[in-house]
Amino acid sequence: MASKALYSQRDPALKKRDDFEDILDERRNSSDLRYALRCYTPVLYKGMTPCKASTLKTIVLQSEQVRYVINQVSKEMGETPDIVQEEALAILEEMAQRLQLSTIRFFAFTLSKAFKALFQSVRVNEEGIQRLQQAIHEHPVVLLPSHRSYIDFLMMSYVLYTYDLALPVIAAGMDFLGMKFVGEMLRMSGAFFIRRSFGGDKLYWAVFSEYVKTMLRNGYAPIEFFLEGTRSRTCKSLTPKLGLLNIVMDPFFKGEVFDVSLVPISISYERVLEETLYARELLGVPKPKESTSGLLKARRILSEDYGSIHVYFGQPVSVRSLAQGRINRSEYNLIPRYIPRKSSEETQSFVNDTAYMLVRRQEENMVLRPWVLIAAVLMQNLDGLDLELLTKQTVWLRGLAGAFGAFLDWPDQTPADKVVASSLALHHGLVQATGGRVRLLEGPQDPASPEEALFDQAVGVLSCASYRNQVLHVFLRPALVAVALETANTSRNDDVYSSFLYLRNVFSNEFILCPGASVQDFEEGCYLLLKCGAIQMLQQDLVVTERGQPILSFLSGMLEPFLQGYQVVCRYFSEEASEGLTEKQYIPAVRSFAVKRILSEGLKCYEALSSDLQKNALAALLRMSALRKVKAADQVTLKVNTMAVKAIEDTLGGKVPAQKPVLARL
Amino acid sequence: MASNYNSSERQRIAQQRLKIIAGHLQKDGDGQPVRIFANDCKAEATDRRSSVARSMPKRRQEIMKWNGWGYSDSRFLFNKKGQAEFTGKRYRLSGLILPSLKDWFEGTFGANLQHKSPAVPSVSASTVPPPCLNEDFVQDVKASGVPYSHEAEDRMFRAHGHCLHEIFALREGKVGRVPDMVVWPNCHDDVVKIVELASKHNVCLIPYGGGTSVSSALECPPEETRSIVSLDTSQMNRILWIDEKNLTAHIEAGIVGQDLERVLNESGYCTGHEPDSMEFSSLGGWVATRASGMKKNIYGNIEDLVIHIKMVTPRGVIEKGCQGPRMSMGPDIHHFILGSEGTLGVVTEVTMKIRPIPEYQKYGSVVFPSFEQGVACLREIAKQRCAPASIRLMDNAQFQFGHALKPQVSSIFTSFLDGLKKFYITKFKGFDPHRLCVTTLLFEGDRERVLQHEKQVYDIAAKFGGLAAGEDNGQRGYMLTFVIAYLRDLGMEYYVIGESFETSVPWDRVLDLCRNVKERIVRECKEKGVQFPPMSTCRVTQTYDAGACVYFYFAFNYRGLADPVHVYDQVEHAAREEILANGGSLSHHHGVGKLRKQWMKESISNVGLGMLKSVKDFVDPDNIFGNRNLL
Ligand SMILES: Cc1cc2nc3c(=O)[nH]c(=O)nc-3n(C[C@H](O)[C@H](O)[C@H](O)COP(=O)(O)OP(=O)(O)OC[C@H]3O[C@@H](n4cnc5c(N)ncnc54)[C@H](O)[C@@H]3O)c2cc1C
Repeated sequence: MASKALYSQRDPALKKRDDFEDILDERRNSSDLRYALRCYTPVLYKGMTPCKASTLKTIVLQSEQVRYVINQVSKEMGETPDIVQEEALAILEEMAQRLQLSTIRFFAFTLSKAFKALFQSVRVNEEGIQRLQQAIHEHPVVLLPSHRSYIDFLMMSYVLYTYDLALPVIAAGMDFLGMKFVGEMLRMSGAFFIRRSFGGDKLYWAVFSEYVKTMLRNGYAPIEFFLEGTRSRTCKSLTPKLGLLNIVMDPFFKGEVFDVSLVPISISYERVLEETLYARELLGVPKPKESTSGLLKARRILSEDYGSIHVYFGQPVSVRSLAQGRINRSEYNLIPRYIPRKSSEETQSFVNDTAYMLVRRQEENMVLRPWVLIAAVLMQNLDGLDLELLTKQTVWLRGLAGAFGAFLDWPDQTPADKVVASSLALHHGLVQATGGRVRLLEGPQDPASPEEALFDQAVGVLSCASYRNQVLHVFLRPALVAVALETANTSRNDDVYSSFLYLRNVFSNEFILCPGASVQDFEEGCYLLLKCGAIQMLQQDLVVTERGQPILSFLSGMLEPFLQGYQVVCRYFSEEASEGLTEKQYIPAVRSFAVKRILSEGLKCYEALSSDLQKNALAALLRMSALRKVKAADQVTLKVNTMAVKAIEDTLGGKVPAQKPVLARL
Repeated sequence: MASNYNSSERQRIAQQRLKIIAGHLQKDGDGQPVRIFANDCKAEATDRRSSVARSMPKRRQEIMKWNGWGYSDSRFLFNKKGQAEFTGKRYRLSGLILPSLKDWFEGTFGANLQHKSPAVPSVSASTVPPPCLNEDFVQDVKASGVPYSHEAEDRMFRAHGHCLHEIFALREGKVGRVPDMVVWPNCHDDVVKIVELASKHNVCLIPYGGGTSVSSALECPPEETRSIVSLDTSQMNRILWIDEKNLTAHIEAGIVGQDLERVLNESGYCTGHEPDSMEFSSLGGWVATRASGMKKNIYGNIEDLVIHIKMVTPRGVIEKGCQGPRMSMGPDIHHFILGSEGTLGVVTEVTMKIRPIPEYQKYGSVVFPSFEQGVACLREIAKQRCAPASIRLMDNAQFQFGHALKPQVSSIFTSFLDGLKKFYITKFKGFDPHRLCVTTLLFEGDRERVLQHEKQVYDIAAKFGGLAAGEDNGQRGYMLTFVIAYLRDLGMEYYVIGESFETSVPWDRVLDLCRNVKERIVRECKEKGVQFPPMSTCRVTQTYDAGACVYFYFAFNYRGLADPVHVYDQVEHAAREEILANGGSLSHHHGVGKLRKQWMKESISNVGLGMLKSVKDFVDPDNIFGNRNLL
């Protein structure tokens, strides 16, 4: 077992975090119009004056990178370079942002109105803003906000405008362009649009990456994108996507800039605008196409109270410092830098590790309101519980979360029952407290069918789960240890570790677990449990203390829905999946399988209905070679290794201990 | 005689040329010229001595500083009024007041004239470790008649080059391992004798040319237990013959640059090899380090200039059998010698190309709105292969620095004109004085061609926003070349230490490399606790078809630092790593020495290193040339 020194370093509770200011405060006391029209003079990178958006296009089209690929493509396709060049221009036209201060001012005005109607407060850590300002002056900056809501990116620009900071250009999905007017508005507020997938399209990739890099190198504007790639419907962080991160780090690797600052930003919503929308989507109601009318329906939303928002600007991370000792930049000495090529393995794993580290930073700086703790308790009591007990448990959980270093925003001066009551009130759409008992809201009284009733219930559960999910990262590592302690053969440290390793592997698509960091994760989990007295270390054994029993059972209870959900998926594959099942058919098939199980066996594992869990489980089974993708004709089908799937199911069910060999490194 | 000149014309040109060189270097011609000899070493030693006035005496310390750069009589100082002046009579700047230097100095470094860090005035002979002599060797040397000494001063003087840490230690009166003995061979045969004796008695030899090394090449390896003998080549300084048919000259390797040019000039010729250290550095040193001269665009670098090299090794003498202008005879053995840094043997005689002195010289300068545009212009000039004899691009900080070195009154710098020009550049053209940069130019050739060439270059410059800024600015730039080295000593009097270092880099990476290295320096200084922002600037000093040579100046105020030299070394180390990471080379012309050895493997690959090692093993199996440079 590694040294204590390592533990103490990782003690998250010691991390100091900044204070917040409410930016709506001033908005409630002074003219929005004046605010929207006020003088705006942000600090720029190295004091450079950015070029015009149109000049940018010319620079990109004339860059060696793009010219090289144009020639390559023209040779491959037998087209003249001119024609390919036109294509490149078309791509650029479709993609390019047209950031305009007037549009920002328009949003500054309208969003002020909207935010004041929707939210109690929008709280920002001003020290983070100061750090950001410094960073923008010194190096090209990349803003990496978490992504829980459509409004994230408007919120970002709004905050930056408020603090007189450089407005970012934002990578957005093409689907926005479907909404004619909104798409163009977003374009003029700095959004640039990328196709969701462009697989082997060299030209697209070249134009796109050069476009982003040009803006970065020239210090045109901070680049903003979502590491998670898309909005997380579950409010759990998504495993990071690497494409854009690769692109923004590349200029550093190639020596084109001295450094790049990556700024993780955590936007936490006390109440997510899209909450039940997400749940429905996860349950298979197709998401409404991003259409203007859809957004306008959101007007109804304006009459609701969505609590407060916290925006935490994390410590800027210097790519140069991170790369020190890991990246050999002279790799680029012997080939012209404009020739595209695959990055080395070290580079890839470096980018990957960095991405995970950044997502963890986002998680750590998410502000947690009392409600997420309440939701976590409720999720372990789906039949409801007494208000008093709920309050007691929530307070207990608050203590534990605090000990684990959670970034809690708990109103200290208010008595606990008031805190709980006001949280319940804010979330009246999800929970009800009647006769001193709190439970999730039921669906309509007489449903058309048992399936429909189940579906209605599941919407509530998944919505509630999305709040519990916000606090999961705090408990994840100790919880994995807790489950490992239950399933391991013996309480010997290395047995527990091998069970831990197994679980960690299974859930590595579900949670943010950085590849290659299993030892650190285990140490962190154990350390937190040791620290709160839940376990003791006796020689080679990890022993649960009396005080630890409730802690450990709560922690493993937290993971229970996932364990169960994965087992359901396994069962589906071992019992029902038909030969020749395609990936496309998988989600509806596994969903109806789960529905049947729940109805016939009275199971409560509603989360097995979530397409997010289903996709993650599928990825895990593929990764663990319990499934194989087989290409036949133009179809990809899933081939099941029944033995392996069963073994995984049994291990997760605790029937068989994880048979993973112990790592010598311990 | 070259056919296109009649003799009176040649004489006139020679006179003019002498004036120019003197203009660069010195106020008056310094002593009598060195004569040209057609005879060999067998000439009576006494006869020779009486007829040659050497610019470099055996006891160098008589005319040169023992703990700083250059001649003892020439140095910068702040006078009682706090004005900077340059002492002595040798240089154009000598005796002049530099009114803006103080403000620049204090402003740039946060230095203060009240805070002095003076050097120890002298070190006593007892500080120098007593010589560890190999008595048998000494006896044999005595018998051979080659002059030698084991006086402390002579030995100490040859224990160092001009790296910062070397000079800093001397100023503090610290003396480490020094040679145990100095020998002054007078000719090739003397060297053969010495090398034989050294091999026979297992003595370590370190060739010493001008002592201008900036790579720790002259440092005695502290782990060396044998007697170390410094072989000073300064007395081998004759031009043995001039071949006007082939335009070559055969020269002893100890001659220093200024003597070589002066003597050749008398016959109407020049080599055109003008490294910034040419007052003191020697032909053998150039060969041993692969030196590069300012005017390489016309004349070539040292490897282009040599036709024949003679080197004495422990295995015997290595040389080619003919003087053909190019050969295909396997790998060129000259390239084992060029850059060997004294690890294989002593270069004793070299046949070099010579050229008639150019009829006409013209300076010039161009101001660019930004460094980026300046580099783009140089790149275009290189592409069109029309670079003048010299072209250098200074960044903004160096431009400012150049201004700080303007003398008070001087015929060529009328302040009225200055003011007018400054006004024109910064106001009319909208140049930002904190971004603009300047290129200095030197054209050479016959008058008509120079004027034509000049126009071509200025036309290109105009395309990149460059604005001609006059001959004076250009000339001043080149004149400063030789006095800038004296400035470091001034800085060291006031807690400022610094150094320059160089690299070569492909064109497409020049800007990135310059920016990143400069910034790395600033950042490292901050991290290492340097209290004041450092000066971190660069210039592009040479252009090639495929890239450029970049030269960095780096200096900082070290008040408050416990071990400034260590901090300096760390920062320079980091800067070198940054250079390599950005596609720059380990060295363009300073060489490797011991300072940059650690990067040789990644620079030339394991096999490459093995090749060099096996040559060393064959040529010098007993490591007689044990300065441990390079490998
Ligand atoms: C202010 C200043 C400006 C400079 N400018 C330039 C420049 O413009 N261009 C440039 O190329 N360099 C420049 N240098 C570096 C230096 O002048 C060169 O490396 C020069 O070639 C060294 O010559 P030297 O005679 O002084 O050799 P030394 O310093 O005496 O010796 C250098 C190395 O060569 C070996 N060596 C010397 N003579 C012989 C010989 N006859 N046979 C075998 N080995 C020998 C020595 O053992 C040692 O390893 C500059 C240095 C300074 C301090």
